[in-house]
This record gives sequence, C-alpha cells and structure tokens, in this order.
Amino acid sequence: MTEPVLSVRDLRVWYGTDRGPVRAVDGVSFDVRPGETLGLVGESGCGKSTLGRGVLGLTPPAAATDGEVVLRSPGGAGRNLVGLPARELQKLRGPDLGLIFQEPMTRLNPLMRISQHFEEALRAHHKGLPKKEIRARALEALRGMGIPESRYTSYPHEFSGGMRQRIMIALALVLRPAFIVADEPTTALDVLVEAQIIKILADLRKNFDTSLVLITHNLGIVAEACDRVAVMYAGHIVEQGDAREVFANPQHPYTRELLRSTISLATTGLHFIPGSPPDLVEPPRGCRFHPRCPVAMRGCAEIEPPEVLLPTGVTSACWQQALPADPSLVEEFGPDGREPLHAVEEISVADEA
Amino acid sequence: MSNTSKQSGSLRRYILTRIALAVPMVLILLILVFVMMRVAPGDPISSSQGGKLNATELAARRHAAGFDAPLYQQFWDYLKSVVTLNFGTTFSDRRSVRDIIIENGGATLTLTAGALVFAAVIGIPVGLLAGRYRDRPVDVLSRLASTISYASPVFVTAPLLMLAFGTTSGQASPLIQLNVPTQTHILIVDAALDGDWDAVTDILQHLLLPSIALGLLIVGVFIRMIRINLIQSLQGDYIEAARARGVRERHVVARHGFRNALVPVITVLGLQVAMLLGGAVLTEKIFNWPGIGRQLIDYINQRDYVAVQGIVTVFALVVVVISLLIDFVNALIDPRVRY
Repeated sequence: MTEPVLSVRDLRVWYGTDRGPVRAVDGVSFDVRPGETLGLVGESGCGKSTLGRGVLGLTPPAAATDGEVVLRSPGGAGRNLVGLPARELQKLRGPDLGLIFQEPMTRLNPLMRISQHFEEALRAHHKGLPKKEIRARALEALRGMGIPESRYTSYPHEFSGGMRQRIMIALALVLRPAFIVADEPTTALDVLVEAQIIKILADLRKNFDTSLVLITHNLGIVAEACDRVAVMYAGHIVEQGDAREVFANPQHPYTRELLRSTISLATTGLHFIPGSPPDLVEPPRGCRFHPRCPVAMRGCAEIEPPEVLLPTGVTSACWQQALPADPSLVEEFGPDGREPLHAVEEISVADEA
Repeated sequence: MSNTSKQSGSLRRYILTRIALAVPMVLILLILVFVMMRVAPGDPISSSQGGKLNATELAARRHAAGFDAPLYQQFWDYLKSVVTLNFGTTFSDRRSVRDIIIENGGATLTLTAGALVFAAVIGIPVGLLAGRYRDRPVDVLSRLASTISYASPVFVTAPLLMLAFGTTSGQASPLIQLNVPTQTHILIVDAALDGDWDAVTDILQHLLLPSIALGLLIVGVFIRMIRINLIQSLQGDYIEAARARGVRERHVVARHGFRNALVPVITVLGLQVAMLLGGAVLTEKIFNWPGIGRQLIDYINQRDYVAVQGIVTVFALVVVVISLLIDFVNALIDPRVRY
C-alpha cells in the first residue's frame, strides 16, 4: 500500500471561550492516501469544519492545536504541521494544501478582478513569475472548470454562485496541491450545480491523483464520491472505513441513525435523531453519543468506548463492538454495565413524577 | 476588450443618473434656504434703520429693496441669481456675493483642506492600527481619544488650542503683509507661484492651529469608521480564503483588509465635508481667518439676507457637488456600485 499523503494522529483543536475550552476536535486520527477521497460526515456542530481548518493550521488565534498532522510530499520525508512556524505553514498552503469553502459567494474579494486573484495566488508562491505565464496557467485552470477566457478580467459579482465555486476550485488547483480539503463545497449550491462540482472533484482525483477530504452532511455525496468515510460526532471520529462497507453494514449506532435519517423515494416517514449534538465545553461522560443512543447501556454513560478494528477493516468506537472483541473489558464495564440505559432513565423520570 | 468597454459604459450611465438625481435635490435645497431666511423675523432695513426712520420711510426703503414683493416674486429673483451664478448683491455693503466667494473662498478652501489633511494623516493610520490590534492598548487609547475629539465642539477646542499654543505656534503674530500678485485667490498658492517662500511658511504657521481645531471635529469619525471597517473586513470570508491560498499575512491585511475597509470611509468623507464647512464658520471667526465663514457671521449679525442666502446657497451647492464626486470615486473603486 502506498504511503499516506496526510496522517493525522490524535489531533485536538480547542477553542478558548469565557465558559471554558470548546473541544471541537478531540483526539482524531485518520490517513489519506494519494488519489483517495475521504468523506467526513456528521451533523452540524460536530467539529468537521474545525478539523478541516486544523489540518491547514487555519484555526483562529483563540484556538489551541495539539497532536500530529504529518504531510508527506511524494518521495520526501514527512513534516508535522502542528507547531510549524506561521511563515512555513503559509508557504505550504496553496502548493501543498488546498482548501475549498462552503459558501462561494463571499470568498472572492469584491474589489479584485478574477485575474488579480490568480496573480496574487501565483505570485505568493512563485516569485517573479512572468505575467504571461500567470495568465496561461490561470486560464488553463479556469478552462478546466468551464469558465471562458473572456471572463478572466471580470469582477466576482458578475458570476453566479456555481461559477464562483468553480473559480474558487480553479484558484485552489492552479497551485496544484496534492491534498485538498473541500468543506461542504456544494451546500450553498443547487442540485444540478452540486452534481457538476462533485464530478469535477472526482475528475481531479482521476487526472491528478489529488487526495481529498470531503466534508459534507450529504450521505449521498459520500456514497457516490468517496473511497472511505469517517463519521464524526462531538469532536470524535466514531466510525471509519471503506465507504461501501460502512454504508452497507454500519457498526456504530450513530452511523446507523444517520443513515436512517436520509431521505429517498422509499421514505414514508421522516426519521431523525432526537436531541442535538452535545455542548462541547462539557461533553457527556463516557460515550459522547450515549444520551441520544437508542441502544445505550449503563456502562456507556461511564466509560469512553475504545476504538475497535473489525475484520472488515472498519473501525468503530462503540461498546457494542468493543465488548465482544475484547472480553477483558467486560469486567471493567461493571456487573450491570450491560443493562439498557434508557429504560433505567425512564423509570427515574417516573419516580420523580 | 468588449468587457472593458461595457464596464465604462455602465460607469458613464451611472454618473449621468447621479447628476440627474441631483437636480431635484438642489431645488429642494434652494427652497429650504429661501424659506428659512424668510421665516426668521425682521429684514436688513428694519434691523439697521428701525427706530431711526419713521414707518412710511421704512416702508419706502423696503419697497425700493423689493422686500415687500410677493414671496414667489422674491423666490423667482433668487432662483435667477442662482442660475446665473451671481447669488445677488449684499444689502449692507453692496458687494456681489460672487465676489465674496471668489475673494474669501480661497481661505476657506485652504482651511478645510488643512483640516482634511490633518484628519487623514492622523485618522487613517490610527484607525488602521486600532482595527489591526483590536482591544490592545493602542485601540483602547485611540477609541477614547476619538470619542473626546468628536464630542468637543469647535468653540471649545479652538480657544483651548489658542491658549495652549497660541504664542508658540506663531498664531498670535500678524500675517506678513503680502505683496504677491493675485492669480488664484488662494493666498498660499499665489505666494507659492510668486516664489515667496517666507510668505508660504508664514501662512502655513497660521494655518496650523485652525486646521487642527477644525480637523479634530472629524478625526474621531475617521478613526472609528476605519477601525470598525477594518475589523469587519478582516473577518471577511475572502480574507480566510486568501490565507488558505498561502498569501502572506502582510499582503492579506494590506490588500484585502485595508482596501476594503477604506471604501465606506470615502462615503463618510462626503458627509464630513458638510460638517467641516459648518465648523469652518466658527473656526474662521475664532482664529480671525479671512474666509467666507467669518464673512457669513458678520452678515448674519447685520441680518443681510441676500448675503446670508447667497453664501448658504453656495455652501449647500458645494456639499452637493462633493457628494456627487464621492459617488463617482466610489464607483471607480468598487465595481459593485455601478449596477
């Protein structure tokens, strides 16, 4: 197997707030190999975007980052991006690490022509690149996105949302990064444009062997465009593995609930997961999903589940898999650990009433 | 290429629309000036001759001056005087208002320009610093200073400045008797054209304190506007996008932050000119600066309404023209303005 372009190990990104640190990303690990697309899914507020920003070192000044983000250039040694001086990191952003944003409407400077955006991006990394060369490279990138040459000197407000997103992608691609984070690149766009953008991203992988982390809450996109999928909940990755395997045979209850919540033609009633993702200042003890989990056990509320690698290659962080996989944990889980949690809670509610 | 010509076409259309829209605005303005002068009781003749002449003589004088004519007749005459850019002849000293503007306008222009330069030189860098280093000491101090300066009226700051620096700045000494040929009616420019650098220095010395007094009136607005705009534009999505492409932080702040922060400031600048002209009237009086504003106060005291009406009209027209110019500059900088 080829070496991963990007290895993230135990990454933590905490925001300082008045109420205490928000643990937006809390010990996340994953690998992305050349040409591979990793889908990152989860509800809003699970830390997906923060994870994407954390990889590029683009977190706000009030955030602290810890752990390892190792970037390997082809044939080169790996470098840990966490703790790298700002100037070094800035040099990597663009030519090595790309980022595509959620809302293309506001991501281009309204006072600058499209041409000036390209000039700025290329000059930032290739000092003294002649103007002709800049133009040629920019037009090539734009052509790949279906933006005609005649629009090169237009201003951002003269484009539609879909075109702006394609321009943003062209701006990321013109520096030919080996690794791109796409943060919900189609959320703000209509369905036809969405399909177009997804196709563009898929072509990218085919033509340039670009690795992609695709952040989305649209499971359909993951099924269609991703090789592997990581399901995120409350700052943790709860399940990770081959996209088909995870979809066909979801292990973690959260993944199952998420999949049940999708809408298709066969949908008769809408399913949703009751409650909302927890407050990340004071996340729940034990498994962070236990308050909303339909199969939670008493032990789930006490002890955090370990990550278990299953025979299918999927990892899941749930006691449902951890207990059968490692019998030595059963004792730790306690004698009545396997009692259902929510039945107990219902009784206690009744008692109070 | 066709793209560029299309853009300049929309710019031309934008400018013509703005000019057309200014016409009704000017008309309303003229009516306001006219009515305000008539609403106040008394007229130049009653105020200067009242008690000296008997009632029939007063009435005869007023008839001769046309003050008893119907209002629409008076308004029509006023309108004619504005259209011919003549603005009437003062009643008290028989000067053409146009001559007053030409002879004293240069001094007012010099003063307001001085005040603007002061406000820009202090306000822009301080505002940018405060915005860049938000909530740091430089920001807190500048916010405090800008509030104080904005809240202090000219009639307080000007005498205080005089007291503190009146003698050291050479303000109190009389102007050198100037002997330069009049070319532009702007004293400092005439002196410079004549090569009389002693005179230029002397004028600048006398300009310093009034400019600061007047500039303090608007520098607070400058600082606050630039600060808040920079803070907002630095949180802009395109700023993060530029960072994500590895643009150097210095360039991100300068090219994306500062430039976008300055656009709204230009608009405010237009509004500040009106404030400056108002402030100039008091500043000129306090520093005995030979501008239109000082003349205006004298004419108000004499209830010379032709003169006051003429001068106020000119001030108003200047404000209208400047706000038009600001619109054009805005359209040049920000392509979204020309729809």
